[in-house]
Amino acid sequence: MQRTITQEALGAREAQLQALLLQGLTGDAAAYRMFLAALAVHVRSFLSRRLAQRPCEVEDLLQEVLLAVHNARHTYQAQQPLTAWVQAIARYKLADHYRSYARHDALHEGLEDDSDLFAASEQEAAQATRDLAKLLAQLPERQRLPIVHVKLEGLSVEETARMTGLSSSAVKVGIHRGLKALAKLMGGKGDDEDR
Amino acid sequence: MKTDDLIALLAAGEGPVQRHALARRLALAVLGGALGAVLMTVALYGVRADLALVAHTPLFWAKLALPGSVALLALWLTQRLARPGVKGGALWGLLGLPLLLVWLGAATSLLGAPEGARAELILGRTWRTCALNIALLSVPTLIAIGWALRGLAPIHLRQAGAAGGLLAGATATLAYCLHCPEMEAPFWGLWYVLGMLVPALAGTLLGPRLLRW
Repeated sequence: MQRTITQEALGAREAQLQALLLQGLTGDAAAYRMFLAALAVHVRSFLSRRLAQRPCEVEDLLQEVLLAVHNARHTYQAQQPLTAWVQAIARYKLADHYRSYARHDALHEGLEDDSDLFAASEQEAAQATRDLAKLLAQLPERQRLPIVHVKLEGLSVEETARMTGLSSSAVKVGIHRGLKALAKLMGGKGDDEDR
Repeated sequence: MKTDDLIALLAAGEGPVQRHALARRLALAVLGGALGAVLMTVALYGVRADLALVAHTPLFWAKLALPGSVALLALWLTQRLARPGVKGGALWGLLGLPLLLVWLGAATSLLGAPEGARAELILGRTWRTCALNIALLSVPTLIAIGWALRGLAPIHLRQAGAAGGLLAGATATLAYCLHCPEMEAPFWGLWYVLGMLVPALAGTLLGPRLLRW
């Protein structure tokens, strides 16, 4: 991990990531994919530092954070520092993770304020333990089919609508709701745990 | 699942995100809730007969200023707390300002009144029902704001719930002013404030349960 990165370099990285995200929000899927891939590298190292005792959970949690970033992308506003936005999401998911495993000792360690999200990067991806197919199988059909056809098989919304007999807007809503439901399943939240 | 596969999945087939999605969602919720509160006021309590008359008096607008300013501040707080990495911060403190003003007005009015008349200034004729009516009228907005927040990304769930509840309470109070005959600041300073606090408290308690994502 490199700790000697200058503020300038961090600023440039933030600007680059932000530009990709903003392009992505206007519908540029390639830019959005690049944004998520670059973000994953930083979030992975952010999480590894905080889950040093349990490295095997890093990749699972990283995927939760990425899905959360995706589901919250409409709340990002261009004038806000991207670091603050992403970090708040990552911390929220991390705190959730600690809570669900009832490791309150680690909670305090993980919540200190530091703004070095983009300072380190970890390229190496471990295999996450959860299985997408199993998660998808738990979704109702009107959410699962749109996700499978549009997101995995690469069909257009219109093609999917024709194939499934759903309307185009129902396909879009199905994807949207399905991804939110997926986030809940990943976090293992059926409970109403108080915060 | 490999993270790269998830990234590919997330990026595939996504159109542009609606511009001002957050503002639209909150505006829709507030308008829907306010409409519900007004309809309930008219149906359950009736509009005060002299509304057209009192609407020409500054006192009526002074009365609206309390819930009006609380509604604006609570709306601002809600839109901030609906986004990750943004805090409520000093805005919570600003809420003290309308409160302070109405209590100053109440104190002036109470001090200027003879001792025997003070209780009536505070209790008016409707103190038994006022706060309860406001709490009831806040239900549509509370539900609508809850819906809006569940589609956004609040991080501080208690605070977001409190801000949304306060917004619901203030909206309900504005609607209730169509009916409420009370025109004394000491009455507003107690019963309107209590009425707004009930949904705010409900939001604080419900937020952590209902707003998780």
